[in-house]
Amino acid sequence: MAFANLAWVVLLLPLFAAAVITLFTMRNPRLSAQLSITAVVLSFVASLILFGIYRTSTPVLSAALPWLHVGDLNVDIALRVDALSLIMLLIVTGVGGLIHIYSWGYMAGDPGFARYFASLSLFTFSMLGIVLASNFVMMFIFWELVGVSSYLLIGFWYERSSAADAAKKAFITNRLGDFGFLLGIIMIWALAGTVQFDQLQANTQTLGAWATVAGLLIFCGAVGKSAQFPLHVWLPDAMEGPTPVSALIHAATMVAAGVYMLCRVAFIFSVQALDVIAWIGGFTALLAAVIAVQQNDIKRILAYSTLSQLGYMVLAVAVSPASAMFHLVTHAFFKALLFLGAGSVILALHHEQNIWRMGGLKRKMPITYWTFLIGTLAICGVPPFSGFFSKDEILAAAVHHSVGLFILTVLVAVLTAFYMFRLFFVAFAGSPRVEEAGHAHESPKVMTWPLILLAIPSVLAGVWGINHHLAAFFNEPDHATGLAETLLAPFGHSPLAASASLLAVVFGFSLAYTVYRRAAADPLPERLGFLSRAMRSKFYFDEIYAFLIRATHETLARIADFLDRVLIEGFVVRGISGMTDVFGRALRLLQTGNIQTYTFLFAAGVAIVLLMVLYR
Amino acid sequence: MIRLEHYLIVSAVLFSLGLLGVIVRRNLLIIYMCLELMLNAANLALVAFSRFTNHIDGQVMVFFIITVAAAEVSVGLALIVALYRKRQSAHVEDLTLMKL
Repeated sequence: MAFANLAWVVLLLPLFAAAVITLFTMRNPRLSAQLSITAVVLSFVASLILFGIYRTSTPVLSAALPWLHVGDLNVDIALRVDALSLIMLLIVTGVGGLIHIYSWGYMAGDPGFARYFASLSLFTFSMLGIVLASNFVMMFIFWELVGVSSYLLIGFWYERSSAADAAKKAFITNRLGDFGFLLGIIMIWALAGTVQFDQLQANTQTLGAWATVAGLLIFCGAVGKSAQFPLHVWLPDAMEGPTPVSALIHAATMVAAGVYMLCRVAFIFSVQALDVIAWIGGFTALLAAVIAVQQNDIKRILAYSTLSQLGYMVLAVAVSPASAMFHLVTHAFFKALLFLGAGSVILALHHEQNIWRMGGLKRKMPITYWTFLIGTLAICGVPPFSGFFSKDEILAAAVHHSVGLFILTVLVAVLTAFYMFRLFFVAFAGSPRVEEAGHAHESPKVMTWPLILLAIPSVLAGVWGINHHLAAFFNEPDHATGLAETLLAPFGHSPLAASASLLAVVFGFSLAYTVYRRAAADPLPERLGFLSRAMRSKFYFDEIYAFLIRATHETLARIADFLDRVLIEGFVVRGISGMTDVFGRALRLLQTGNIQTYTFLFAAGVAIVLLMVLYR
Repeated sequence: MIRLEHYLIVSAVLFSLGLLGVIVRRNLLIIYMCLELMLNAANLALVAFSRFTNHIDGQVMVFFIITVAAAEVSVGLALIVALYRKRQSAHVEDLTLMKL
């Protein structure tokens, strides 16, 4: 219990760094960056200690801060330490820490260096808050904080209008999902009378028949944060931020928050709600994978691959939360690696992001080349890289769930292998496509070391035993214990899933190899025609949304305008003033100014009163 | 035999004539005289009641009223003279400034 308070240290260190940077050291970029990096590294060390102590114990709560006590509603700010939050803590501080260090090199010389690190620390703090939250209200507060800090970071280069727009888009789209999330929290409070996770878990039956609705509303929050269809549109645009920020958003924080939240409260979802979640996840995975096939911007391809993998995770939440978290962890490693590798290439080519203007990087940037290859192999699910094991667990769980979902996941796996190797062959392999690509040189050590450090878990995370902790936490069957056993486990417990995923990789790879190994330009647009254009334009989702919003907005505006003009201005405002005016004009006729008129009226009045009194 | 009713009828006739004069006449002086007529119609009624009910109070009161009326008339006439000097007219249709 006493050690659980170490979680407060983990949580507050980044906030402390952010506050100190903003208040005192804004003028000193180097000191600011050192502060921020130190804070996150210390957080990582503290998380490691916590992990060592509590990884197998029952969930513990840290010292609580009473915050809100209204009627039956008790909300304490307390930190929950259990296997799930500990693994996530390690990911956020570990991967996040490497991204902090990498940023030192990537952002060098930027005029907003100190501001960048302040926002980064704030972002880390918010994400740690979500991870350690012990109740829905606390989670929602940090959830919104993540939204705010992502706004700050995506719009970091706010002088570019596209970046400012992307930041707004991300924030507003997220708010849309958060609205549902908030409704869900209120509903759960109304039904169960508590927002504490542990109390909810003990009394899931109190939700009764409304469990499906409440669950889907909660899911809305994850749809926004984890960029699921139909709120997926913000994620690709979030590429406008600096590349390390993209890595942070896509790997360790933000989008992971949605999946983490779903896993955290997986017990509240009813069977029907889980079905909806599974299919939305599966559809997002397929949609994003198809779009990724025809993108040419290196960061956008990675963005759509993130979307696709997030779809996988959301699907997995419905079939087996342990496998969702497992994939979240491995994905955090290899996606951070891929993004940082892409950032390294982008910096070497002076902010060139088009993959058709790269190529031949093997000799020029060997570390980036090899680490990126490792990331690619991991995301495609080539054994024995980490992605294979986590993806296989999802496939195996999907087999038991429904055949349709299984086919969907395998299809996505084929597409993943195809577009990732397309990216790899075009951008890295072969010879330089343009002259500038020939002058590329390897990035500084502060950037390559994080790549190497991320490459190691990208290879090994599948056999480290993370899945054992998760399986124990979620009470799911665990398949293997020893290292050798773990390596072969996928083929042991579900041969169908393992061989399907392997075949998918081989198929996707050979397709990409035949099409792109020697291609000078993309041959697909000619062969696919309209389909390719639609894929390149992201199936026109942005345009459709713009049209829908404009149409509804316009109608609403017209109705509001009518109400304002006719009812409020016409009847209420003009009506009252008009009536007063008319009466005034009528009464004015009586005021002749002639004293005899007044006398006559006065006498007449007296006469009438007299008549009334006398002849009553 | 003259009874109370006869006095009261004369008083009412005088009062009505005075009121009619106030309403229809144009000259301020005449209106003012008509006002006095109305006042004295009331005095007449008061004196008549006093006489027929054997209460001397009414007659005492009338003396007071006449005294106060004399003072009031002097003020009123002075105002009318001042007004005439200012406007060169004592007709009410020329004095309609109290309207919008």
